[in-house]
Amino acid sequence: MIYLDNAATSFPKPKETIDFLNDFVLNVGGNPGRSGHALSLAAARSIFEAREKLAALFCVMDSERIIFTQNGTESLNLAILGLLKEKDHVITTSLEHNSVMRPLMFLSKEKGVGISVVQCSPDGNLDVGDIKKLIRKKTKAVVINHGSNIIGKVQPVGEIKKMIGGIALIVDACQTAGSFPVNVEEDNIDILCFSCHKSLYGIQGLGAIYIRNGIELAPLKFGGTGSRSESIEQPMFLPDRYESGTPNTPGIAALLGGLSFIERTGIETIIRRKQDLRQSILSGLSDIPQVVIYGDKDDGNQLPVISFNIEGKLPSEVGYELNKREIYTRVGLHCAPAAHRTIGSFPEGTVRAAPGYFTTDEEIAVFIDAVREIAGKTSAHS
Amino acid sequence: MIYFLIFFTIHDVLKAEKALKGRDVDIELVPVPRNLSSDCGMCIKLRGDLEGIMPYINGIEMDKCVSYDGKEYQFLAHS
Ligand SMILES: Cc1ncc(COP(=O)(O)O)c(C=O)c1O
Repeated sequence: MIYLDNAATSFPKPKETIDFLNDFVLNVGGNPGRSGHALSLAAARSIFEAREKLAALFCVMDSERIIFTQNGTESLNLAILGLLKEKDHVITTSLEHNSVMRPLMFLSKEKGVGISVVQCSPDGNLDVGDIKKLIRKKTKAVVINHGSNIIGKVQPVGEIKKMIGGIALIVDACQTAGSFPVNVEEDNIDILCFSCHKSLYGIQGLGAIYIRNGIELAPLKFGGTGSRSESIEQPMFLPDRYESGTPNTPGIAALLGGLSFIERTGIETIIRRKQDLRQSILSGLSDIPQVVIYGDKDDGNQLPVISFNIEGKLPSEVGYELNKREIYTRVGLHCAPAAHRTIGSFPEGTVRAAPGYFTTDEEIAVFIDAVREIAGKTSAHS
Repeated sequence: MIYFLIFFTIHDVLKAEKALKGRDVDIELVPVPRNLSSDCGMCIKLRGDLEGIMPYINGIEMDKCVSYDGKEYQFLAHS
């Protein structure tokens, strides 16, 4: 089996992820911050440690400004629905995931929020000056996909923030978190949204959001927090303001394991290995004449997320053939129709190969051979 | 003297604990005494000198700080 769908969720997980998850479910199991007993406290400690490690990884000063959510999608919903008010204006790009586009469309219909979309080139390049041209008096935020889940293109978020000044920068770091350097201080990111189950090696069902001090979002959820229990008002202090209800503590414990793995291995080592894997996939695919690769192959600012097609074949057909060989890619639109329109692969989409830190060179070789073989076969549809 | 340092969130309790760890101070995490707060969480119980530890935790906002001399609880002003 060869798993090349790490952009959807990473697999396999490091041993630490499984060990921490096991230990939590077997030996801890308490509801964090709710009671005074040792197991509740131990659960709260797992969450505290995970927050501290995330803060260190992304250069966040106050770890309480990192909030756990269900997934990257919930983080983006909290950022977008929590920040934008009636008749506000927002700028985004043509490379966004539906977890950005759909809440924005909802706001446009329900609250008259104005949306301007900056067109990126088919290679994913964005002219920062184009964003500037779209700024209006009512522009409240710029929402940008830090790393494309289709072609891996990484956007210059720091440069964008410099240009937009006081307008809030909401960064979708679902693909970059753990795969590319993310520094909220250096880049002055106001809101960072990410998944914890992709390159941070947590399990599914966990995401997080960082909210810069001074930015107030309306919560998506209200309820018990274990704090200020005498009051029926939602607390104002973080993280409790945005974390009502029993959290996914087993998931957070697993994330703590994943983050410990990253710390032990070194984020630079992980990033370097992933870049090597990207290069070897690109060079292997480039040798196959029928293969069309999307995005700029020579651009160094890219994630190991590679979209391609085989001339004369539907991506679904290629995915099916790969799956028969126990090679798991993701084909189609990857929840990002706007991005596929941008790169010119709408409506069929692409085949996406996303290796992970645990992908081996042998696996890449087998994958390339399989693509070559499939490309040589006459299409079932022709 | 005993002090109870009560924070807004369990996150801040643990942050304060981390800031004091490895220093020569006698602290313990205990349930918040019910006469001091209606909160159902934990707080830090300190035995010893309050002024001595303040520099380490003054970045963490405290909800309440209470002293106990074995007879009486006294709410203290804090930063
Ligand atoms: C760019 C991007 N944004 C948002 C998401 C949504 O993240 P999640 O699946 O954790 O909700 C994903 C991944 O699916 C993504 O790749």
